[in-house]
Amino acid sequence: MIPFTLQKVLTEAEAIAAAGQGGRYIAGGTTLIDLMREEVERPEKLVDINALPIKHIRAEGGDLVIGALARMSEVAAHPETQRLQPLIAETLVEGASPQLRNVASIGGNLLQRCRCPFFRMLDAGCNKRAPGTGCSAIEGLNGGHAILGTSDQCAATHPSDLAVALIALDATMRVTGPGYERSFPVDELFRLPGTTPHLEHTLRPGELIAEIRVPGGPHARRARYLKVRDRSSYEFAVVSAAAALHVEGGIVRDARIACGGVGTRPWRMRAVERALIGKAPDRAAFEAAARQATEGVKPLSGNHYKVELLPRTIVRALEMAGEVA
Amino acid sequence: MPEETSHIPPAAAAFPPVSRREVLQATAGAVALAALPGGAADSAAAAEAGAAAGHSLRITVNGHAHELAIDPRQSILDVLRERLNLTGTKKGCNQGACGACTILLNGQRVNACLTLAAMHDGAEITTIEGVAQGEALHPLQAAFIEHDGFQCGYCTGGQIMSGLGCIAEGHAGSPAEIKAWMSGNICRCGAYPGIVAAIAQANKAVRS
Ligand SMILES: Cc1cc2nc3c(=O)[nH]c(=O)nc-3n(C[C@H](O)[C@H](O)[C@H](O)COP(=O)(O)OP(=O)(O)OC[C@H]3O[C@@H](n4cnc5c(N)ncnc54)[C@H](O)[C@@H]3O)c2cc1C
Ligand code: FES
Ligand code: FES
Repeated sequence: MIPFTLQKVLTEAEAIAAAGQGGRYIAGGTTLIDLMREEVERPEKLVDINALPIKHIRAEGGDLVIGALARMSEVAAHPETQRLQPLIAETLVEGASPQLRNVASIGGNLLQRCRCPFFRMLDAGCNKRAPGTGCSAIEGLNGGHAILGTSDQCAATHPSDLAVALIALDATMRVTGPGYERSFPVDELFRLPGTTPHLEHTLRPGELIAEIRVPGGPHARRARYLKVRDRSSYEFAVVSAAAALHVEGGIVRDARIACGGVGTRPWRMRAVERALIGKAPDRAAFEAAARQATEGVKPLSGNHYKVELLPRTIVRALEMAGEVA
Repeated sequence: MPEETSHIPPAAAAFPPVSRREVLQATAGAVALAALPGGAADSAAAAEAGAAAGHSLRITVNGHAHELAIDPRQSILDVLRERLNLTGTKKGCNQGACGACTILLNGQRVNACLTLAAMHDGAEITTIEGVAQGEALHPLQAAFIEHDGFQCGYCTGGQIMSGLGCIAEGHAGSPAEIKAWMSGNICRCGAYPGIVAAIAQANKAVRS
């Protein structure tokens, strides 16, 4: 690990000032320490934000509000999460391991970096780690890579499960910068790789994620997450789907679907949603709608199977959501 | 018992007593670095400067208070193993992927390899060395022996610490639940059936 200095901050203002001087926030450290040890990440100064008072989990009106420093395990187990947004609880428990979830924060989860093996292999080309060095996955081992949103420079998937659920649920986030705050949909946090795969999110330098807000609604109870992976637990998604349905009078009134493991960012499936509105929530309707998910896919040499797996995963997630009493 | 504290080389004299393991590591490191171009040697120098500027850490491990100067890069795992000679906590992957390094940090199970010690001043830590009461094994340790919950034993300390967390969290109610909530601990020998049986038994013992 390259040497660094460590500064502990007690207020948001102190944190932002320290970041303004080139500091990098560290929360749980479960992404950052790992990548620093590999020397993929090389911050010279870490800003320990764990003492900041942004660990809350509470209901505000029908919204679930989560501080960026709340831990994955706390959010999953919290009664308000389970009452208002069971999809968030389910999604969190499907990610990482109990030990990691005890440490990993919600803000850090959204900003975790990709799991493409070449990203960690310092002697392999990787445009995300070292712009201009080429992508070793596009012509190489790419069975786990994306089929949506790729460019000729990068095809790494975004690994967060939580982000998939938050995007399906139209969550927003509040960030703090030097002298201001702003809020925007979590959906706008993630960028496509294009010609700049090293730029993954839209935060301005030094901005601190303070809070996530998940709006409630009739879809929130009938919502499930299906994560298909190479082993049944403690593994990143091959393909995943978050599905939320609002059914009234035997007809789908509202549908929210987002997928992981298939896109270079968490992927909202708007065309699938539109195809479900006004239909009876049955398998035939789910299958017809899920076909829309593969519009525009660009499979690589090793991941054609995802083109088949993606609609099947959506159908199954919709069936699971439909079964919620 | 072998002498644990060996002669301290002058450069390291500012540090608390150094164990033989540390001296061996430092020597191996120096040899490796000598073969590398300038940049790496520079970072070794910077590392020493960093360590000298080091953080002071106060932690309580298995009920014993410690105060030591550390380099901010040191994980709790490295502090336990290399500074406090508590080698029951194992380094498997050093990436959060195997669970061999599981400890209880302020009562919660975590991967010691992915926690910077300098971020946990004042922490209370329990390691596998602190689980038995003297010669009396904890019911979970006894259950591991009874159910053959190990073969080579490398993962076992982590399994037991994680099992304690799993039971305390209330996630040991059925074999399926135990499997899901012990998924952060990999056993290369495949002793899983024994591990699950041991945790189920200890859960009953602890709850009755
Ligand atoms: C073995 C393993 C398996 C895993 N499996 C999964 C999985 O299946 N699903 C899944 O979703 N995740 C998985 N993860 C990833 C894990 O969830 C993330 O590492 C974790 O959520 C990151 O949170 P953290 O607090 O530890 O972040 P840190 O490592 O502290 O930070 C990560 C990044 O976020 C930045 N940051 C942190 N907080 C803020 C903030 N408030 N404002 C601005 N920037 C901030 C940091 O600067 C850093 O760049 C896994 C990780 C490991 C090691
Ligand atoms: S050594 Fe920490 S999880 Fe493997
Ligand atoms: S007993 Fe050998 S790794 Fe588990």
